[in-house]
Amino acid sequence: MIAEIGHYALVLALALALLQSALPVWGARARDAALMGLASPLALGQFVLVAVSFAALTHAYVTSDFSLLNVIENSHSAKPLIYKISGVWGNHEGSLLLWVLILTLFGALVAAFGRNLPDRLKADVLGVQGMIGVAFLLFVLLTSNPFTRVDPSPLEGQDLNPLLQDPGLAIHPPLLYVGYVGFSMAFSFAVAALIEGKVDAAWARWVRPWTLMAWLFLTLGIAMGSYWAYYELGWGGFWFWDPVENASLMPWLSGTALLHSAVVMEKRDALKVWTILLALLTFALSLLGTFLVRSGVLTSVHAFAVDPARGVAILIILAVFVGGSLALYAIRAPALKQGGIFAPVSREGALVLNNLFLTAATAAVFVGTLYPLALEAATGEKISVGPPFFNNTFGPLMLPIMLVMPFAPLLAWKRGDATRAARGMVGAVGVAVLATVLVAGFVQGGPTLAALGVGLALFAIVGAFSEVMERTKLFRAPLGESLRRARGLPSSSWGGALAHAGMGVTLLGVVAATAWSSEVVLAMRPGEQIDFAGRQIAFQGVEQRPGPNYRTTAAELVVREGGVEVARLEPARRLYTARKMDLTESSIATFGVSQLYAAMGEERGDGKTALRISYKPLVTLIWLGAIVMAFGGLLSLADRRLRVGAPRKAARASPALQPAE
Amino acid sequence: MSAACLLLALPAFAVQPGEELADPALESRARALSYELRCMVCQNQSIDDSDAQLAKDLRLLVRERIKAGDSDAQVLDFLVDRYGEFVLLKPRFRRDTALLWLFAPGVLVVGLAGYLVWALRSRRRDGPADALTAEERARLEALLAEDRDASRTV
Repeated sequence: MIAEIGHYALVLALALALLQSALPVWGARARDAALMGLASPLALGQFVLVAVSFAALTHAYVTSDFSLLNVIENSHSAKPLIYKISGVWGNHEGSLLLWVLILTLFGALVAAFGRNLPDRLKADVLGVQGMIGVAFLLFVLLTSNPFTRVDPSPLEGQDLNPLLQDPGLAIHPPLLYVGYVGFSMAFSFAVAALIEGKVDAAWARWVRPWTLMAWLFLTLGIAMGSYWAYYELGWGGFWFWDPVENASLMPWLSGTALLHSAVVMEKRDALKVWTILLALLTFALSLLGTFLVRSGVLTSVHAFAVDPARGVAILIILAVFVGGSLALYAIRAPALKQGGIFAPVSREGALVLNNLFLTAATAAVFVGTLYPLALEAATGEKISVGPPFFNNTFGPLMLPIMLVMPFAPLLAWKRGDATRAARGMVGAVGVAVLATVLVAGFVQGGPTLAALGVGLALFAIVGAFSEVMERTKLFRAPLGESLRRARGLPSSSWGGALAHAGMGVTLLGVVAATAWSSEVVLAMRPGEQIDFAGRQIAFQGVEQRPGPNYRTTAAELVVREGGVEVARLEPARRLYTARKMDLTESSIATFGVSQLYAAMGEERGDGKTALRISYKPLVTLIWLGAIVMAFGGLLSLADRRLRVGAPRKAARASPALQPAE
Repeated sequence: MSAACLLLALPAFAVQPGEELADPALESRARALSYELRCMVCQNQSIDDSDAQLAKDLRLLVRERIKAGDSDAQVLDFLVDRYGEFVLLKPRFRRDTALLWLFAPGVLVVGLAGYLVWALRSRRRDGPADALTAEERARLEALLAEDRDASRTV
């Protein structure tokens, strides 16, 4: 019964979405306030209905209702509760329902908090959101209904893919989806602006918080996914250039570009046409990501839902939205008035460079991900595009970004003073050079380039704070005054600095973990001990343990430093009984920001057990950097909220600028 | 097929004990080559990452060729002859991969050129970038009169 309510709620949501995509937009054209006013209640109603539907599916999972096909295929009564809940989105149908839930949540947020949006813009934005809702609700109902019943129903389910029974999976997809779907707001605003034929600084101001929110969740989602792959897939890599990872990286890159160009648009009323295009492309890449993951067109570690019929349906959605919006863009963009001009050496100029390189980096990931598919479709020739390709194309494009990144905030708008900016960077350059020399001189092993990598990372980290230092007059004014100035800085200044520093932190982790990781692969007998990475690691033996829906075989390793036990590692293999699937569970011990990583291989006939032990220096910085970036995003977001109550003088001087929310 | 391989490949275990070459210089060459070779029955794994049987055979084959005195390029040629271009994780630059290699640099070059043209054109149209509009000049006056510090926006 509850499943039928869920199904019915979804049908009703579709009906509301249809109304939402037509009436407010029509109202905006006919200047009918009543029709435009329908947008908000429709968006709120649609969200409530989808939420009811999602709750119904969750209920079915929690109560192990094996009369639902979706629950049978992805759940098991013995599965721990957290994985019963996360199992709701650990499959094709459920994850799409989550997608729609987040989409309608964003619509509801605009309806609830977008009170000071102009009526027509709000009606158009929610109208476009309604259209996306129609497409995906139709898709769920016609091809991916999670509420299909089975009669007679079996007594037990087939369990969730063991790979996905992990706390990482419980949060990775929701974070990622908030990011993906959040970019739909930028898309809807862009389409609305194109329909109106008008876009100004105020528009950028409304779009920025949504984009920022999507960006920070996507950052966390990607980092989470990377860490999950690191400990779950068992060979200790943190980024595989897997097509599905690329699918999430592309919107992140173009979303990052969008954030920066929206700043230019907000402050200087320039780059309008480009910003609109980026907003369209970013969501197009999000849709492409959904297509790549959900269609199973790419066979990769993530492709656990393979069904070509669905692929075609998503491809149609992709074509309609991308094609439609780009056509609208081609027609309307030339009519958009160009705004402020600027010299090449200026904050705007630096941000244009940032955008160019980020776009080229997106292009590198895009072509590397899709080219093999296109080539095979066109000629039948099969080629592989793997990590070496991306390291050779994507890597060099990120270098200039890291180099220019600290400079941009030191340049003034319109016309900057390069010499003055360079003077502000002296400290960062000094630290970078010193670090490079020290690393090259004293650290053993690793490629020579790694020292430069460390230098670049430190340059980015220290340089990120040069604007803050400049503005607080640190070391140039008494400390008290610097502190007072630091408190007075808008939190978006701190946010920007932290986000940039986070990039440097991540780079440092990537460089160190790539260049100086050490690894042993060996077969050990119980009682044996090895010296590794300055520690002694003793293999105690193998132990069998029962689990809720699996059996574990764990190897016990004791890590000692100078005879003192500092950590225990228990790499294991799990046999999931329902799916008869074997899984490695790596074991990690963290020392500061470095990690010791162990994975267990086969137990061999001769009483030895195969073990792979690696030491990964500074590896956690990769993900800590992402957290720092996201925190920076959060600070910038907080800044915008603060401004709602107290618009600054600049904002008051020009009546077009209104607070964001 | 792919699903079965996924299961096989999951307890991923790369180089097995006893596979390594005695000479560390040769072994490091073998490892470097392994990263560039695809385990063809797996999903997006190099032969260094996979513990499928084929990956193991290829690892041994690479080491055999290296021991026999092949250069890196010769090892790759040998494998491409046997298994096709698909085995390379970094496609070679050929006619049908030119677009793959040139796409991103092309985007950058076109973007830079477009930016340059746009910058020159808007300069010609609107005069030098530091010219102020009347409205901006008025705002500047007001700001200067008030607070020097507040005039600097984020």
